[in-house]
Parts: sequence; structure tokens; C-alpha cells
Amino acid sequence: MTTAEAVASILVMAGVTFLTRLAPFALFGRGGKPPRVVTYLGQVLPPAVIAMLIIYCVRNIDLFAGSHGLPELLCVAVVAILHVWKGNNLLSIFGGTILYMVLVQAVFV
Amino acid sequence: MSRKILAAAFPPTVPVLMGYLSIGMAFGLMLQAVGYGPLWAVFMSVIIYAGSGQYLGCTLLATAAPLPQVAMLTLLLNFRHIFYGLSLLDKFRGTGWRKPYLIFALTDATSALLPSIEPPRGVDPDRFYFAIAMLDHSYWILGSLIGATIGSLIQFDTTGIDFAMTALFVVIAVEQWKAAGKGARKHLPALIGFGCTIASVVVTRMLGSDNMLIPALVAICVLLLTLRGQLEDRGEEERT
Repeated sequence: MTTAEAVASILVMAGVTFLTRLAPFALFGRGGKPPRVVTYLGQVLPPAVIAMLIIYCVRNIDLFAGSHGLPELLCVAVVAILHVWKGNNLLSIFGGTILYMVLVQAVFV
Repeated sequence: MSRKILAAAFPPTVPVLMGYLSIGMAFGLMLQAVGYGPLWAVFMSVIIYAGSGQYLGCTLLATAAPLPQVAMLTLLLNFRHIFYGLSLLDKFRGTGWRKPYLIFALTDATSALLPSIEPPRGVDPDRFYFAIAMLDHSYWILGSLIGATIGSLIQFDTTGIDFAMTALFVVIAVEQWKAAGKGARKHLPALIGFGCTIASVVVTRMLGSDNMLIPALVAICVLLLTLRGQLEDRGEEERT
């Protein structure tokens, strides 16, 4: 990827992010109410998208070869359990990531 | 910005300071690991300013994703922001030239913080909100700069650090799961998301393609819209 392409990608991310934040003010700033289907999607889409992205993150694991996806599955479970238990973002994210790094660098080599 | 405004705005941002410094650091480390140094980290944190969006950005840069895919994934991930602003429509009315920045800076943390706090007596509300937004943004930039700098100075094996993104999404999923309340129906959207995406991974893999996101998303939207009658909350409008 060239520098120009990377800058273009970052500008697209910035532009789209800003547009999503601007949308409610642009659309409903003058007192309108969002259509019910938009409100409905606002309730149900975020959990579905996050679930999709979790699978997207681990999409390349192979259950039938190599480490059989064990480090990924184990660490996802550890993050979820830590977060249900303590509810501390830092502990959950850093704990899971450090465990994962140890597993892929030293255990499942 | 006067010292009085800053002194009033700082205390409510302390939890954000702790969170952004560390999550920003992990972002900087991750970005460094895919080959982009401190300047890139600061550039992204200044103009994008989105936690999970920038984690995803590391992957998009590393895989040289085409621009339409960058736009679509960013839109999906940030779709929730469309609803954050709704609770702030009145608060931001009449904020004048500060308004575009206040809207730009509406991250999860800031938009969770702003609806619930009022400025102390004698402090101008517009300046107060503006100071909070700028403080939070500066913590984020600082955290990512520290992370990227540590990553470029200390050489260590960063294999696996990209799991920080997975972990962040799992954390968000757990919080959404808790917030959804009790009952299988409330968790159906998340389960639909998992089910459709796993099915899409399996099918596209059999077809020898890596493009599993669009089929997954289409399936998710079709199912959610089909089940609207069962899933829609007709009572109060909850924020996720």
C-alpha cells in the first residue's frame, strides 16, 4: 500500500465516521422524529454488527488443522469471562491480548 | 480556554482519561505492529477519533482493503453513532462555531458522559462541553502517541497483538448483552449476527472466496427486518 493510498483510506474512515455522528443533527436538528424503522435498526443492528465483527476477527482460524483455533477460542472465552466477572475494560482487553500473544508465540508454535 | 473552565471540565473526564490512555496505547502498538509509526497514529487519532473504528482501521490498512470496503465497514461499525446524537440535539442547540467540533468529538465515552452532566454555576455551558470534548480527544491522541512510540522504541515480538481488536469487540458484546436485559428475545439480534456470519464464512470458504462480510450483512438485515414484529420494543426507546 502506498502512502497516498493509506492517507486516502484514513480520510475515508474519518469522513464516514464524522457523517455518522453528524446524521442525527442534520436530519432531526429541527425537531423531526426519526422513522420507526431507523429507531428499530438502531436497537437491533449494533449487537448484530458487533457479533459479525467478532466472527470477522477470527474468520481465518482452521478448526481442523494447525492449532485448531484453540488460542482464539480460549482467549475469546477468557475476555468474556473476565468482563462478566470484573467489568473492567483494561483488564479484559489487556489480559486477553497478553494471554493470546503468549499462546501464539510460545505455546502453539 | 480559561483555567476556570478547564478546572470545571477536568474532574468528570478522569475515567475517560484512564480508559483512553490505555486503549489508545493498545491502538498505537497495534498500528506500529502493522508498519505505521507514531506520526500515523497521531494523524488517525486527530482526524478519525474513534476507538473501535481505528482498531478496525489497523486491519484495513494491513490488508490494503479497497476504499468501498473501508467505507462500508466504517459505516457499519459506527452506525450506532447515529443514535447517540439524538439525546444531545437540545444540548448542542445554539453552540455556534463550536457545534461542528462537538459533533465530530461524539465518541462512545463522550456521548455517554455529556447528556448526564451540567456545568457548575457560573460556567458557560457551551465552553464547558467544548472543554470536555477537547480534553477527551487529547487523552486519545496522547495514548495512541505513547503506544506507537513504545512500539517503535522497544523491539519485541508483536505477533498476536491484533487480538486486542477481537478483545475490544468481545468486551462491547458483553456490555451489550448485559444491557439487553433478560429473556432470549432480547439477545436474538446478537445471535442472528453470530449465526449469519458463521454461515457466511462457511459458505464463502467452500466457494473459495474471502468476501464474507456482504453476504453476512445482507442476511442479518433481511432477518432483522423480517422479525421486526417480534423484536421491536414498543415501550421506551433504549440506547444500546
